[in-house]
Amino acid sequence: MATAVSVQHLQKRYGPTVAAADVSFDVSDGEIFGLLGPNGSGKTTTVECLQGLRHADEGRLEVFGLDPRTDPAGVRRLVGSQLQDSALPDRLRVGEALRLFSTIRPGGRPWEAALEEWGLGDQRRTAFGDLSGGQRQRLFVALALVADPRLVILDEMTTGLDPAGRRVAWDLVEAVRDRGATVLLVTHFMDEAQRLCDRLAVLVGGGVVATGTPAEVVASQCRSVVVTFTVAPGSDLGFLRSVAGVDAVEQDGGGRARVTGAGPLLARVGHALVCHGLEPIDLRGELPTLEDAYLALTAGDPASPGQEEAGA
Amino acid sequence: MRALVAVTATELRLFSREPMTVLFVLVLPVVILYVLNGVFGGQPADPSVWEGIGAVDFYTSAYVALVAATVGVLTVPVHLAGYREQGVLRRFRASALSPVALIGAHVVVATCVATVGAVVVGCVSVVAYGALTPQDWIGVVAAHLLCAVSFAVLGALLGLVLPTARAAQGLGVLLFFVFVMLGGAGPPSEVLPDTLARVGDALPVTYGARLLRGPWLGNGVDLQAVAVISGLLVACAVLTAWRLRTDDRL
Ligand SMILES: Nc1ncnc2c1ncn2[C@@H]1O[C@H](COP(=O)(O)OP(=O)(O)OP(=O)(O)O)[C@@H](O)[C@H]1O
Ligand SMILES: [Mg+2]
Repeated sequence: MATAVSVQHLQKRYGPTVAAADVSFDVSDGEIFGLLGPNGSGKTTTVECLQGLRHADEGRLEVFGLDPRTDPAGVRRLVGSQLQDSALPDRLRVGEALRLFSTIRPGGRPWEAALEEWGLGDQRRTAFGDLSGGQRQRLFVALALVADPRLVILDEMTTGLDPAGRRVAWDLVEAVRDRGATVLLVTHFMDEAQRLCDRLAVLVGGGVVATGTPAEVVASQCRSVVVTFTVAPGSDLGFLRSVAGVDAVEQDGGGRARVTGAGPLLARVGHALVCHGLEPIDLRGELPTLEDAYLALTAGDPASPGQEEAGA
Repeated sequence: MRALVAVTATELRLFSREPMTVLFVLVLPVVILYVLNGVFGGQPADPSVWEGIGAVDFYTSAYVALVAATVGVLTVPVHLAGYREQGVLRRFRASALSPVALIGAHVVVATCVATVGAVVVGCVSVVAYGALTPQDWIGVVAAHLLCAVSFAVLGALLGLVLPTARAAQGLGVLLFFVFVMLGGAGPPSEVLPDTLARVGDALPVTYGARLLRGPWLGNGVDLQAVAVISGLLVACAVLTAWRLRTDDRL
């Protein structure tokens, strides 16, 4: 698949602060690509350099073959973005904002449609300054999509949205991808990344520490799978130690057992239990989640104190 | 172009929603005009002050220039610095609206507002205080436009350089008072102490007033004033362009 966005060895410094030390990743045309990472890891810096809103110090950046440093206007015509930190004039009304942005960037669907889509129909004549935080956020995402851009950059789009708003946002982002656009999504929500991202990169301290599909990132970090079940206290479970892939078997006084290991552990343990006449009804496998992998990846980061234990 | 028109229309609408600013820009000069005419009005031309012309004729051009200068150094920088501070500028920039178009819109809005203000002040002067009507209409309109655009661009530059809307407001109010007191809109420079008169001579608004006064009274074009105001325009435009080019965080 063609490359939509390419970032190679991006560096950006602010005086002594290194915002991006060495960021590299590629986004394929038509995928939803996630950027994850602790606060201050350089996500916003990276996506704003891509839009030519900040000037990268070093590295090679390309958006559909255009360099945001030499052709920022060209890049911005292809990109619709929701910035993490931005605003509109306080007295500008919702309807006026959508109309203005669709005039600046013609070619999208009628802006009135976006108003309804984002549940802002009742706020059409409300001034930006009078909107609630979540309504502002909805408006920003609506503005990012109004011109039907080829690349959509969303920097923490669901922060501040209520659960219904998040669902709306997720569905719309998928719809945007299904229309053929590429999405670069910065998020702190692992469920969002898991649900939406085709691939993702994790940034720590201004560098990429992992890239891949959510499943690949999980697999690279957390090999271990846990299987739990309950049997009569004192049952002998020694036979499980010889099952392929099992690393450890623990049992507490109440008969609750916990088997850790790798591979298709649930099937193998289940099989072994049945063979030994044990049929616990609460047999469950716990696969590592993206959150486990993320915590493991970011454990050493000074911005995430106390995660060493959590990730280990 | 289409974007410039859309943004200008929007900015005009936004400006009309700020009653206090409108009041300040349009009503204050009229009030001061009223006060000063109460004090000096009707004084016959006296060769030792007001460049030897009647007080009303002197002040009318001074106030028309003052309105343009006030819109330029007070409202434009406050708006632009606020936009930059809050991230509005970035928001617009990210959606492919060039900052030049946004600044252009502010310059157009400022010029429109200054024009309304000039008409108000001019009418009040002529109708209520018997000032001369402009002798050379084309010259007056041209002088006014040059003056309004130059001060608006100066304002845009201040808006891009000053860190916050508060700072812009502070400096704008300060400049406003300096302009009023020393720029020919207050006591005549002939009665000011020497140093203050010299400060007045260094203020652009002084030249804006002289620029208007020539054609208004039918005395021809004050070339020095044209040079100073045009120089101001070019210098501010160049510095604004440089600022847009170099500042990462606009
Ligand atoms: N304009 C700036 N001036 C100085 N330092 C900055 C500036 N912008 C970002 N930084 C610094 O660069 C680093 C990376 O910031 P960035 O905003 O890219 O982080 P982020 O990953 O988006 O974080 P968050 O999750 O909190 O949004 C931070 O240490 C920040 O303090
Ligand atoms: Mg950020």
